[in-house]
This record gives sequence, structure tokens and C-alpha cells, in this order.
Amino acid sequence: MQDYAQEVGALTMRWVKRLSREKFSMLFTLFQPMVFWLIFFGNLFQRATDTQVVQAPSYIAFLAAGVVVMTILNNGLAGGVDLLFDKENGFLERLMSTPISRTSVIISRFIFVMTITSLQVLVILGVAYLFGVHPVTGIGGVVVIIGIGLLFGIGLTAISMALAFSVKSHGDFFSMLGFLSLPMIFLSTALVPLTAMPWWMSWLARLNPMTWAIDAVRPLILTGWTAALPSIAIVVVVMVVFDAVCLWGAAKAFQKTLG
Amino acid sequence: MGVTVSGPAIAPAIEAAGLSKVYPGGTTAAEDISFQVGAGEVFGLLGPNGAGKTTTLRILITVLRPSGGHARVLGLDVVEQPTQVRQLIGYVPQERAIDRFLTGREHLELLAALYHLPKAHAAARIDEVLSLVGLAHKADEVARNYSGGMKRKLDIACGLIPSPKVLFMDEPTLGLDVESRLKIWDHIRELKARGITILLTTNYLDEADQLCDRIAIIDAGRVKAMGSPSELKAGLGGDVVSLTLSPADLAKVEGLSQAIKGQAGVRAVSTKQNVLDIRVASPESSLPAILSAVTAQGCRLEFVEYHRPRLDDVFLAYTGRKIKDE
Repeated sequence: MQDYAQEVGALTMRWVKRLSREKFSMLFTLFQPMVFWLIFFGNLFQRATDTQVVQAPSYIAFLAAGVVVMTILNNGLAGGVDLLFDKENGFLERLMSTPISRTSVIISRFIFVMTITSLQVLVILGVAYLFGVHPVTGIGGVVVIIGIGLLFGIGLTAISMALAFSVKSHGDFFSMLGFLSLPMIFLSTALVPLTAMPWWMSWLARLNPMTWAIDAVRPLILTGWTAALPSIAIVVVVMVVFDAVCLWGAAKAFQKTLG
Repeated sequence: MGVTVSGPAIAPAIEAAGLSKVYPGGTTAAEDISFQVGAGEVFGLLGPNGAGKTTTLRILITVLRPSGGHARVLGLDVVEQPTQVRQLIGYVPQERAIDRFLTGREHLELLAALYHLPKAHAAARIDEVLSLVGLAHKADEVARNYSGGMKRKLDIACGLIPSPKVLFMDEPTLGLDVESRLKIWDHIRELKARGITILLTTNYLDEADQLCDRIAIIDAGRVKAMGSPSELKAGLGGDVVSLTLSPADLAKVEGLSQAIKGQAGVRAVSTKQNVLDIRVASPESSLPAILSAVTAQGCRLEFVEYHRPRLDDVFLAYTGRKIKDE
């Protein structure tokens, strides 16, 4: 157990050191492009959207939950990239030749990605706050939002790592990521509510775990605990199933790589 | 196959028996690889790219499961007891497996933690390996500023962190300049002097010749020959005297060949146009007889060359082709 903590600690610190080595990259990681969605897209569509349709005081207030979950999506899906590079340059093999538990490489990555994601969610909520979006459930609500982010992020990061272990080249990896992420965003309630979508898109959006996450985060920001609690209960169930499937897939891919 | 029970004192440090590896796609990377490495030996797997050297090494360091056969390192089975094996070995990969954002010291600190060294002990060990490979002055610089040779040194330092009894090195000098190669060779000799068993793969003939106590020539997934470089060379059947006759004497080549074959100490004669390659037990005693045969047959010599068999002759003899030196 002590050995395990030492391994995971050292491997996690490696990710932190890498990030801190590049000051610009660190800055851009925290204030990532997602902030622009909130600031530009939110303000751009302020008058083009109908507050009756989005059921929110302003479009940016509606969009905040969507951008929070988009951040989680992007981070999660990119979470495996560094392992992909480790695999390609032989660093992963070096790690695998040491007497560490096979899981500690993956766990360290989860810890790092989840920490960064949580910080980014705080930045998004902070920027939203500056535009007058004050989560009605207060600090407690923010904690729950981060909790939902972690639940969703674990599964996404697992998908990303599974891809990283299975693809032949990193070109494949990035084209698959690009292919996955946009439909995930458009076919969810990130930008418009289900009621405003064409019937076939709203039908697909209901199958998207991202929609469930957004539908739990949004009432925490806009309406309050009574409206949020049922959605939170549902999202926990949905995410546990989602995570279980993703982790199972990632474990398979990982074993195959070492086979 | 019977199991021989022997005491640890005489057990080989590395033992591979009938190793094979077939990848899911159907590619066969190793067919039947068997060898034993004694404690304290420097053992080389010599072969061209794609021969199965790296596959064999990856099986031995427990990161690849063999499809058949078995292997032991220090008496421990690489498939059954991988964690115990990993604790006792060091590995220097073929690629420069370096994280360019970390400093040299940070690499070693990471490795020390992965081998579960206590912090105080780790710091001392890190300083020790840094000075051993001559990287102490650059230890706190990020690795992206390192030259190829320095990255290689850091690779070796990483492999030495666990104080391994057995060190595995994949192509230790691939792509290095001559000066760096010689330095790496010196390091390897020094490690041998400290009693570390070393298994390395190489496709450099001179590296195998200069550095290895014994080598296994591997081609197309099989061991074609094994022994010390001098044994393998001697095994070819003596030194080579090569006579080049004047082109005008082409017709006399056959007669001369017959005359020389009868001489004492001559093992074999092969001819190719106006050149005769004569394998002799000892050139000093055979050369006078050969030259007098040349005179007796009335041939004019254009060129005489004599060389001890080189490792490339060995490679050619066992695999039927020349190794591609890069």
C-alpha cells in the first residue's frame, strides 16, 4: 500500500512537473478556449435566443452549464494523449519494466486530469460569475457540479486512454477525437434545450450521457436544489453505468497492449 | 523435457528456452530462441533489424508474453513471477525513452520511486549513477537540451537506478557518433567489472566483437550460432589467404587450386574467377608452400591478402547474407 502510494504520487507529480515546465501551456490549460465559448458565444447569441425557450434569465446563464460539461468532455477525451506519446517514444515500456502495479500509471493520469478539470470548471464558473451568473445553490452546488464532472470525466478519460492504447498512430487518435467531440456537443443540451431541437436531434441527444450531466448541472446554477435533486439522482446512476462500461473497455485495451 | 535442479551458484543468470512470439496479426517475430547467459557475462544478441532480438529482450524484461517456450531471469520465471523479475533487472530501451520536459535528476527520482527506494537512499543512489555515467554537471537541466549521447547516458543511468543484477540494453549505441559510442562501451565494460550481467542487442558487428563475452547470432527468429566471438571465428576453420592471379592466368586457376588442396594445413579452397580463397590452419606454416605451388604452376600473382576471420565472415557463413551495417 505504501509502495502503491509512492508510485502513484511520483507518476502524478511527473504530470504536474511537465505542466509547470511550460508556463504558457499552463496558462492556456487553465484559461482554455472553453472560456471563449462562454464569453463570445454566450454574448453573441444573447439577443438571438429566446429566454422563454431556454428558460433562463439570459442565454449566458443557460450556456454556463453547457460550457462546464463541454470542458469536462474536452479534458476527458484528451486525457489519454500524453500516454499515447509515452507509448510511442518508449517511456511507457520503461515504466512497465519497473516493479509497479500495472494500474498506477492509469490512476496517476486520472488524478491529474480530474484535478485539472476541476480547476477549469472553477475558472468557467468564475468567468460566468463576472457576467452575472450566480449559481443559486451556492458553494454546495459548485461542489456537486465538480462531483458530477468527476463522475463523467472518469469515463471519458477511460475512453481516451483506451483509444491511446489501441490506435496505431497518433494521427488516428486525433482524427477520432475530432470526430467524437463535435457531435457530442451538438447532440446534447449544451447549446439549446431539448424542446428547441428538431425531433430527431432531441431523440439522439437523450442518448448522450452529456445531456444527463448538463441537465443535472443546469438547475444547480439556475433554479435550486428541489429542481436539481431528481436530475442528480439520475445522473449518478447513468454515470456509474457509463464509467463501468468505459473502464471495462480501457482495461481490455490496456491488457492487449501489454499482451 | 526434464527439469534439471541445480543450485543457485551454477544457475545461469538468464535462460531462454524455445521462446517464440506470434503477434495476433499472424506476424512471427521469434520462432525458436534458446540461450543461457552466465552470471557476470556480457552477452550479445546480434542480428539484422527484424530478426527477433528486441522481441526476445521484451519477453525477458516481462513486458511481452511469449507465445511459446519459457524464460527465467535469476531463476525466476518471466511469465509466472514478473514483479520479482522486474525488481532485479534494469532496462535501457532502444528509443531514447526520455521525457523532454523533465530534468535528468527528475527522471532518476521518478525511477527511484517506482523501484520503491526510500527517499534518503534514493538521493545517494541518484548522485552515484549520475557520476557513474558522467552526467552530474547536467543533472538539473531539462532533457530537451541534451545531445543524443547525453540522452543515452541518462537512459543508462535510469537502467542502473535499481542497482540491477542483470541489465538489459536494446541497441545501446544505435545512432550515436563514434566518440559517444566509445564512451558508452567504456561504461558497459565498467558495469561488467562491477559484476553486472549484461544482455544487449546490437546490429553492429564491431560492438558484438569488442564488447561481448559471448554472442548469439539471430536471424529470422532463430539462433543460428552461439559462442564467444573468437570461438565463432575459429569455428569457421582457420584464417583466410586470398590470392589474386593475373587475369592472363585465368586458365591456370583450376590447376593451382588442385595443387594447393594437396598441401598440409590447407582446409579448403574456393575459387571465383581469378581469386582463390584458401582456408588454412596457420598462415605462417602454409604460406611458403602455397607460394611455391604458385611458382611451380607458373602463375603470376597480382595481389596477396591474408586475414583472420572477422565476425562478418561468421555472420555470412551462418545466415547466408551480410548484416546491414548502418
